[in-house]
Amino acid sequence: MRTAIFALAFYGAALVLLSGLGARIRRYATTPAPLKIPTTPAPLTRGGVALRMAKEVVLFHSLFKANKWIWLFGWIFHAALAVVLLRHLRYFAEPVPTLVALVQPFGILAGLAMAAGLVALWGRRLTVPRIRYISGPSDHLMLLLLVAIAASGLTMKFVAHTDVVAVKAFFLGLLYLDWRPLPDDPALLVHLSLVLTLMIVFPFSKLLHAPGVFFSPSRNQADNSRERRYAPVPRKA
Amino acid sequence: MAAAPADFDPRERSGGDPLEIPPLACGAMAGSKPYVASAAQQKALGFPGALVEDWHDKAIARLGELVNNSRALRVYLDSCVKCGACTDKCHYFLGTGDPKNMPVARQDLLRKVYRRHFTLAGKYLPWLVGAEDLTKEALDDWYSYFHQCSQCRRCSVYCPYGIDTAEISMAARDIMDTIGLGQKYSNEIIGKVFSIGNNLGLPPKALKATLAGLEEDIEAETGVAVRLPLDEKGADILVVTPSADFFASPHMEGLIGYAKVLHEAGVSWTLSSHASEAANFAMFVGSQDAMRKIAMRIREAAETLGVKRLVIGECGHAWRVAYSFLDTLAGPFDFLDRNYPVPQHICEFTYDLMQQGKLRFDKSKNDEFRLTFHDSCNVARASRMGDEPGGQFTIPRAILRAACNHFFDMAPETTHENTLCCGGGGGLLTDELMDLRAKGAQPRMRALREVADEHGVTHMAAICAICKAQFSKVLPLYGFDREAIVSVHQMVSNAIVLTGSTQAEEFEAKQKSALQEA
Repeated sequence: MRTAIFALAFYGAALVLLSGLGARIRRYATTPAPLKIPTTPAPLTRGGVALRMAKEVVLFHSLFKANKWIWLFGWIFHAALAVVLLRHLRYFAEPVPTLVALVQPFGILAGLAMAAGLVALWGRRLTVPRIRYISGPSDHLMLLLLVAIAASGLTMKFVAHTDVVAVKAFFLGLLYLDWRPLPDDPALLVHLSLVLTLMIVFPFSKLLHAPGVFFSPSRNQADNSRERRYAPVPRKA
Repeated sequence: MAAAPADFDPRERSGGDPLEIPPLACGAMAGSKPYVASAAQQKALGFPGALVEDWHDKAIARLGELVNNSRALRVYLDSCVKCGACTDKCHYFLGTGDPKNMPVARQDLLRKVYRRHFTLAGKYLPWLVGAEDLTKEALDDWYSYFHQCSQCRRCSVYCPYGIDTAEISMAARDIMDTIGLGQKYSNEIIGKVFSIGNNLGLPPKALKATLAGLEEDIEAETGVAVRLPLDEKGADILVVTPSADFFASPHMEGLIGYAKVLHEAGVSWTLSSHASEAANFAMFVGSQDAMRKIAMRIREAAETLGVKRLVIGECGHAWRVAYSFLDTLAGPFDFLDRNYPVPQHICEFTYDLMQQGKLRFDKSKNDEFRLTFHDSCNVARASRMGDEPGGQFTIPRAILRAACNHFFDMAPETTHENTLCCGGGGGLLTDELMDLRAKGAQPRMRALREVADEHGVTHMAAICAICKAQFSKVLPLYGFDREAIVSVHQMVSNAIVLTGSTQAEEFEAKQKSALQEA
């Protein structure tokens, strides 16, 4: 029963996540950008734009210019999340890819860093009057959700171990449509339920900043309006 | 509304860190509203004359159209994570402390309505995601606070997703125009361009007389017959400049500078009475149709006069429209000579001549000026000059350094792409917003105070008609001279040595005696 509920929930959540995100990305891609509006100075070429975008996505370059604390905490959280996600791939792949095997030793450190980054961001949200002013219930709840995911995950490492071999069997079973039992372990079930929530919330929340940044005209347009006529729609006579 | 309130004395706030973050003062600027456009002013632009009966539904429908037609708007409304990076970046927030002047909070005024009507979460769980209906009170807030954004894009530099509040305030103003709640200042001006051809409403006759007067002044000063031609068919270059250059100071001194440079270059050029305005206030109200209509006047003038090149005078948002939008709105400009940039900024034109060694400057003529340079937002963050990114910063400075002995930059966090708005851009340069304008100028005035104290800076040069007009008004409030704001080409005009002029004789004699001494 438990296995069936979670199996179906994961299929459903994955469907919501992928189709929701796909629909949103299609929307962004098909909505016209009628004018050239890069924030200048901007790169003059597509290659330059790719580099600018990489600096934004990997290093949070603009945020670094804006505020060193937000940058530090935000970057730590995101970088740690990337390592944690990569580490979790071992539950979905057999044999485990080399890269995923290599990051295993850093996973716990990353998990702790992720939680620390989130708590620090939350602390700023609660104590800096400007940021507190702009924060709504969903902003706090999103942090709560992410902190709870990190905490429940770390609980399985430090407090109540779970049967990871069985967990892996469960997820591989989902992938190969050959269901295996999910261990009856409170920390695990809490962790997975929270992750399911995150997957479902993703396409309808501010987490859309993840695909959004790639479609931001002020960042992804080249500054070449004099060199190449920008004509997304034909001029009305 | 017109005068600064008693509790605000700019002189008391003229010193200190330009970027000092004020304590939050909720609602401090809620009462700041520009005059509403009259029925006639609205109708001239094709908008309803007064707030329509079903304004709510019309507004939501228009918002839907806008997000369907602007990727920027849609992505920006979706992507904000409320990280707070932008909260201390707006000069109006720094000057007023009103939290609704924090870029994210200003965006949220529109974002909450977008969420309510166009997102799943906002439709079913509005309390959770801050989704709200567009009530009459919310509309009042829109009118107040979307007219406290100068669309300077400073916030977009620092946003990790490049969210540009300018795009959002343009959309909000477009929606308000659509439901009959337009802003008098901008819409009246756009109407004047439609009917007469320029913001100031100067008819061709007055224009002609002004230019003739300037020709006389230059000849009296230099002994050289420098021309300021109007509507001359067959000229090589069409110069389009903000109409303030025909009317106000220090703008006019800049126009004299362009004329001298063009004369010394030996090119044939002309102004146009049909395109007697480089400014395009339609951008401020977010109306692409009106923006195209105004831009088309430049194309029409270029075609009628048969010119080969297009040069734009000193104006910030005009340069944005010309540089970034003109080819899209009114192009292609296949009939122009593609060996030159289309369009070209007057600073690029002057700089090119400098590079070719065709201009001589007697820098000592500017020795009474200890100069700094104010980067105008739309030039700095929405356009370029020259072939390299950042040319918009280096080229005007190179011109100033060539024309003046004493040049000092303001603090780097207040220049280049970090520049601070003058406080009067984006359609806010109107008397009833004087309180807002004075407060919004505070960060720039403090940065100027620093270089005035440290380097004895006496004057600030700019390449934007709005900056020049705004600073003429607010400089005295902060204890500076009203004439401390100058045009870049005013400095050029002072120092340029025209061939065959009285200044040339003097300059050559000076050089000879300097050589003999050596």
